[in-house]
Amino acid sequence: MDVLDLTRLQFAVVTIYHYFFVPLSISLAVTCAGLEIAWQRTRNERYLRLVTFVGKLLIVTFAVGVVTGLVQEFQFGMGWSAFATFYGDVFGPTLAIEGMLAFFLEATFLALWYFGRDRLPRLLHTATIVVVAVGTMLSAFIILAANSFMQNPIAYELDPVTGRARLTSFADLMLNKVNLAAFPHTLSGAAMVGGALLLAIAVWRPFSPDNRTLAKLGAWIMLAGGAATALTGDHLGKVITEVQPMKMAAAEALYATTSGAPFSLFATGDPLPELSLEVPWLLSILAKGSPGATVEGINDLQARYAAEFGPGSYVPMIPVAFWSFRLMIGLGMLAAAVAAVYLWRTRRDRSAPPWLLRWLPLIPLLPTAANSLGWIFTETARQPWIAFGLSTVEQGISPTLTSAEVIASLAGFTIVYGILAVVWFRLVRHLARQPSQLPETAEPAPVY
Amino acid sequence: MVTFWFAVVVLAWVLFFVLEGFDFGVGVLAPLLGRDDHERGAAIRTIGPFWDGNEVWLVAAVGVTFAAFPAWYAALLSGLYLPMAALLLMLAIRGVALEFRGKGDGVSWRRRCDLALSASSAAIVLLWGALLAVFVRGLALGPDGAVQGDGLSRSLTPLLTPAAALGALAAFFAAVLLGATFLSLRTSGPVRRRARHLARWLGAGGAAGLVLAGIGTGSRVVLAVAVLAFATGLLSRYGREALAFAVTAAGVTTGVVAVFTANGRVVLPSTLDPAWSLTMHNAAATPGALTLITYAGVLILPGVLVYQAYSYFVFRRRVASERVPT
Ligand code: HDD
Ligand code: HEM
Ligand code: HEM
Repeated sequence: MDVLDLTRLQFAVVTIYHYFFVPLSISLAVTCAGLEIAWQRTRNERYLRLVTFVGKLLIVTFAVGVVTGLVQEFQFGMGWSAFATFYGDVFGPTLAIEGMLAFFLEATFLALWYFGRDRLPRLLHTATIVVVAVGTMLSAFIILAANSFMQNPIAYELDPVTGRARLTSFADLMLNKVNLAAFPHTLSGAAMVGGALLLAIAVWRPFSPDNRTLAKLGAWIMLAGGAATALTGDHLGKVITEVQPMKMAAAEALYATTSGAPFSLFATGDPLPELSLEVPWLLSILAKGSPGATVEGINDLQARYAAEFGPGSYVPMIPVAFWSFRLMIGLGMLAAAVAAVYLWRTRRDRSAPPWLLRWLPLIPLLPTAANSLGWIFTETARQPWIAFGLSTVEQGISPTLTSAEVIASLAGFTIVYGILAVVWFRLVRHLARQPSQLPETAEPAPVY
Repeated sequence: MVTFWFAVVVLAWVLFFVLEGFDFGVGVLAPLLGRDDHERGAAIRTIGPFWDGNEVWLVAAVGVTFAAFPAWYAALLSGLYLPMAALLLMLAIRGVALEFRGKGDGVSWRRRCDLALSASSAAIVLLWGALLAVFVRGLALGPDGAVQGDGLSRSLTPLLTPAAALGALAAFFAAVLLGATFLSLRTSGPVRRRARHLARWLGAGGAAGLVLAGIGTGSRVVLAVAVLAFATGLLSRYGREALAFAVTAAGVTTGVVAVFTANGRVVLPSTLDPAWSLTMHNAAATPGALTLITYAGVLILPGVLVYQAYSYFVFRRRVASERVPT
């Protein structure tokens, strides 16, 4: 592998890793805010016990999210300095504003909430966790706007002297139509992961009446999140077909431009599809919203791009795009279906069948995998572009970076991140084993 | 406009070094000044609610540098690739050790977290010191603004100089002094006593070392910092804890400002050819981007300062390190 491939691999590894924890932070923060409000209004101690428990999960997860996020912010300069210089005007202010607007809020108010239960007036204390929840969503919105710029570059002009991109409107950058479609999709995908963790823990830990509430809560969040990801994903697919038709054509391995295009559930062959199981018209519906619509194929798009941008291949890795897209949908929907089964089988105080209880602790793996695959699809099927139609990945890398350096750092990240994941998992398991408790009182203050 | 933004960037770095400086210092000192689990917990609790908010000043400093001077951000981070990667790894271990400490079970778990915290805090401070020295001396920038060299040595050799070693030592001294004065201000009981004692001797001893260094290099900044260190020692001796902390913070501020302004308008000198150095002007973003972050900064940062100050106010009570008989 050359230095470019290594740097890409490293970017993928650390970003996907960051994104294991981010959806959990977002959804657990929102869950805590909800539980805190429920406690505030009903004064039912069950909610207080639950929010104390979920709060600990949030703190532990948030910490990993923060330290891996820091890596993300440095990465653009370390590995992609040419990209950072070229798009500095667009990315710099975006990251700076995200830090000032969102991260300060999250960090400060999370501490106020966690340590401030008996030092703040009640209402103010509840408000702090609401602020945290809003902060996590703000940071997701702003960073997704940065990513949406790479999918669909807008609100810039090229500087005639330096040739660099110059931001023309921050508001337009934020309101990129890709961002407006990706943000709700990402949030609902995040909800599924958080709900799944709560459900898994609730059925796994020793029985208590609180667990039933927790399990139902988790399953409902998953189910609602699943419905929302499907709806928002459908919309996102239409937007992406508009701005990056090649991506959706690759997702379907659709070579020839077709009207009334089918959607295949699976395919074999090289390069796909030889034997495939198809649902008629579904692709046309997904991409354009009507069964008879024409969907452009890879061959025509390649010819069009070659004419527009010069010779070269503009076709991403088809099998990766094809399978990551399918598995994202499949695994995510499977998770939602399991949640539905659980809710149905436990209706009106019935107990769930043993086979379900045996497998449920693994349920968070499904939406987590769906999220990672969604990103793998989004980012790899944008290739060879780093910012679509503007510049390629090759042009973005730090010009004098050496392979030895990247190998060393990649090894470091892999080892440390691996250890972090193991420790995080064991800590969550340890927390989950303990019976629900009310928060410790301030004096003596909690062990820190 | 460009100079104004340079000042803002320096201000963000100063806030980061002062604020995280004390929590790095506390991290280093906690296992040394806390003799048992309870005392160590008390020492660490003084920074518990604050360290994350402080660390966001790093995010902000890096972000503002990126926003205002993209070429400077790109050159520093890609040129110092491996040291930066090491720094990130240490920061990861540190943050996680801090947050995980109280969630696990048992004294030996906490003991391990404390060791990880102390070792990573020390490594971070030493690295930052060395990096600051490199910021002053510059990097082997080529004509395209990229650092030249091959293999691992490209980004490691800049750190292997006497200046970088001195920088590392100075930063370590500063962070420990900040940590000690902060602990004496924020705890009661044995940890407070030991921290005060340490601040007193470290201040005086450090001042002596700095005076020698100042005379050796003929630098007025170093002499000024020596005076401040001496003042810290004296103030600690007479129990003026808040003042001792403030004076140390002033010393760190002086040092950081000196580092960033050492080369005038050149933000990152090239050691190969002065013509290839990065200056405030050739590294700056366009006026449009600068105006945007000016508005954003003016609107957002005062609010941030207010609520961060409020959180210091909420958690203002000293943390007891003595055992309360139950
Ligand atoms: C639990 C997670 C999950 C589930 C169940 C789904 N997705 Fe998704 N999807 C994501 C999690 C996700 C994601 C990880 O959050 C992505 C990556 C980038 C983004 O904005 O969201 C994504 C990206 C993504 C993209 C590419 C966006 C781009 O290139 O910018 C499309 C077209 C879809 N999704 C469409 C769907 C459809 C039609 C679904 C039907 C049910 C679906 N997704 C379920
Ligand atoms: C705002 C957010 C993001 C930005 C600005 C961004 C930017 C980038 C850049 C610069 C690269 C390297 C060049 C390339 O190979 O295309 C990349 C690749 C990649 N990113 Fe993203 N990314 C973002 C979010 C994410 C997230 C959250 C994930 C996953 C969880 C992700 C997954 C990937 C993957 C898998 C690659 C490798 C693609 C390849 O090399 O073929 N990205 N992204
Ligand atoms: C690739 C680009 C990305 C960069 C540069 C980045 C940067 C960061 C940084 C610096 C932090 C730490 C903040 C702190 O110190 O408090 C962080 C945390 C966070 N990031 Fe990312 N991030 C990226 C991708 C993403 C994506 C794609 C999302 C969401 C869709 C996201 C959502 C969050 C959230 C919600 C947090 C706070 C919660 C947590 O720590 O887990 N980030 N990120």
